[in-house]
Amino acid sequence: MNDQSMTIRGKDRYKAGVLAYKQMGYWEPDYVPKDTDVIALFRVTPQDGVDPTEACAAVAGESSTATWTVVWTDRLTAAEKYRAKCYRVDPVPNSPGSYFAYIAYDLDLFEPGSISNLTASIIGNVFGFKPLKALRLEDMRLPIAYVKTFQGPATGIVVERERLDKFGRPLLGATVKPKLGLSGRNYGRVVYEALKGGLDFTKDDENINSQPFMHWRERFLYCMEAVNRAQAATGEIKGTYLNVTAATMEDMYERADFARELGSNIVMIDLVIGYTAIQSMAKWARRNDMILHLHRAGHSTYTRQRSHGVSFRVIAKWMRLAGVDHIHAGTVVGKLEGDPNTTRGYYDICREDVVPENLAHGIFFDQHWASLNKLMPVASGGIHAGQMHQLLDLLGEDVVLQFGGGTIGHPRGIQAGATANRVALEAMILARNEGRDYVHEGPEILAKAAQTCTPLREALEVWKDVTFNYESTDAPDFVPTPSVAV
Amino acid sequence: MRVTQGCFSFLPDLTDDQITSQIQYCLDKGWAVNIEFTDDPHPRNTYWEMWGLPMFDLRDAAGIMKELADCRRVYGDRYIRISGFDASHGWESVRISFIVNRPANEPGFGLARQEAEGRNQRYSTYVYAAKKPEGERYSS
Repeated sequence: MNDQSMTIRGKDRYKAGVLAYKQMGYWEPDYVPKDTDVIALFRVTPQDGVDPTEACAAVAGESSTATWTVVWTDRLTAAEKYRAKCYRVDPVPNSPGSYFAYIAYDLDLFEPGSISNLTASIIGNVFGFKPLKALRLEDMRLPIAYVKTFQGPATGIVVERERLDKFGRPLLGATVKPKLGLSGRNYGRVVYEALKGGLDFTKDDENINSQPFMHWRERFLYCMEAVNRAQAATGEIKGTYLNVTAATMEDMYERADFARELGSNIVMIDLVIGYTAIQSMAKWARRNDMILHLHRAGHSTYTRQRSHGVSFRVIAKWMRLAGVDHIHAGTVVGKLEGDPNTTRGYYDICREDVVPENLAHGIFFDQHWASLNKLMPVASGGIHAGQMHQLLDLLGEDVVLQFGGGTIGHPRGIQAGATANRVALEAMILARNEGRDYVHEGPEILAKAAQTCTPLREALEVWKDVTFNYESTDAPDFVPTPSVAV
Repeated sequence: MRVTQGCFSFLPDLTDDQITSQIQYCLDKGWAVNIEFTDDPHPRNTYWEMWGLPMFDLRDAAGIMKELADCRRVYGDRYIRISGFDASHGWESVRISFIVNRPANEPGFGLARQEAEGRNQRYSTYVYAAKKPEGERYSS
């Protein structure tokens, strides 16, 4: 498959008319990517009868300099530098008709520090290109030279922990439920109970903004009363993610400023506000000593299907560059999509300084983050105290575990639910550090802790049979040995 | 009330055997163990007094337990915490921290409110015991 270059060179290259993309210089199998190149890996599914190499060359062309016909104005530029170059095409294992295309982009194609600019090229027009049935951006290699043009997470995992004075265990959170309809006064009650009971954070849901049942200022005022009361009741730092998502940047700044004025240590935004707005809020957060939580609202519309869209691992990379401090990255055991290996890949992207290639985890390239702050993954959706050993094993220590229903749905109330989660977590950390085989002995460890904690005993009883075992729609396609280039 | 700072405050107070295991965990990770004490447990009080320097070179939990025993002898009426410090690149901060000693009686914290513009409140958390001078706060 990785056949010879077919590039036409010299003046024939620029004769008016139409050439195949692979004749125009977008297919260069001998090209060796430079350390400073951005590399994208696409899963390309050509229309029937379209030559795979030509389809992949077209992706390179349409995501960089090409248009459908030869233009003489190319000759006014250093065109060969600006052409993205597809340098390798492999059939996707066990997936006839689809191909992995490796495409290298020169660094000069991108504006420094702008996710919007990067994405306008890489996932711009090319995703609607007719000769393709489907196209998916699987992974990207971001060169250090480019990484260094971004701010990165406003706070980062280490400084977040220092500010909160919480070390050695996952943080605990809960999303206030019901997600819609509570008045500000009732909403604050849920926050107070959950924080006093033992959680570190509570959270607005993605669609809580400023609705008729609760305008944003009401929510902020009552939530901060709850946070301060809970802090005084426990002697611990507490926080609540105040969602500042709004219709305009001006509205978001107004809400974020009010959150700061009230002494909040964290605000939140939704992915749907867009890359530019996210980067603006990350800079605001850095200027204002604020932790910035990102809820990935909307991502499943383009991340979930294996054939078309953008993999979440790429979104996670973009968000680490863009500068958020928290990102929802899956639970594996909860109610939302998440293959264990793929999820592990996302967590590595968020938390490690160097992420080596690991096809089993869906990571196609070595990625160096050049000391960019670490991004705290958040596990949320359908998890409960009875899964604590699995969560710790699968997700590690630097993660926010969010038990919404698993706190508020406790039969004896929200405080009891929060306490159950905190006791389960501390008991599991203690056992892990003692060198016990906590993954297998998990249920025993929890049962033992429940002997001195009634709320935990009740939680384990209520949710003992709850699991979400469905097949994942998005798992890595790889064969353990490198695939043979045809 | 019970101050719930640190990693294990929701569990029954750790026994010396349990504390030894946690210290050993820190040592096995190559972290420096530090003993600190205070009689001002305000949640924003970052700098507790250090019981000597962090023990960068001690490799035996028993030695640290002896230091803890000495610290308890002098400051047994105060909060004492143990932390593990990881100096490796990319972290260079505390990895774990937990309370190993607390006053017999923990009166807790008050919350003062000051009415500000509009409906804003300015909140201030204060430690009931810290109204007295340092050293006289928890001993009766």
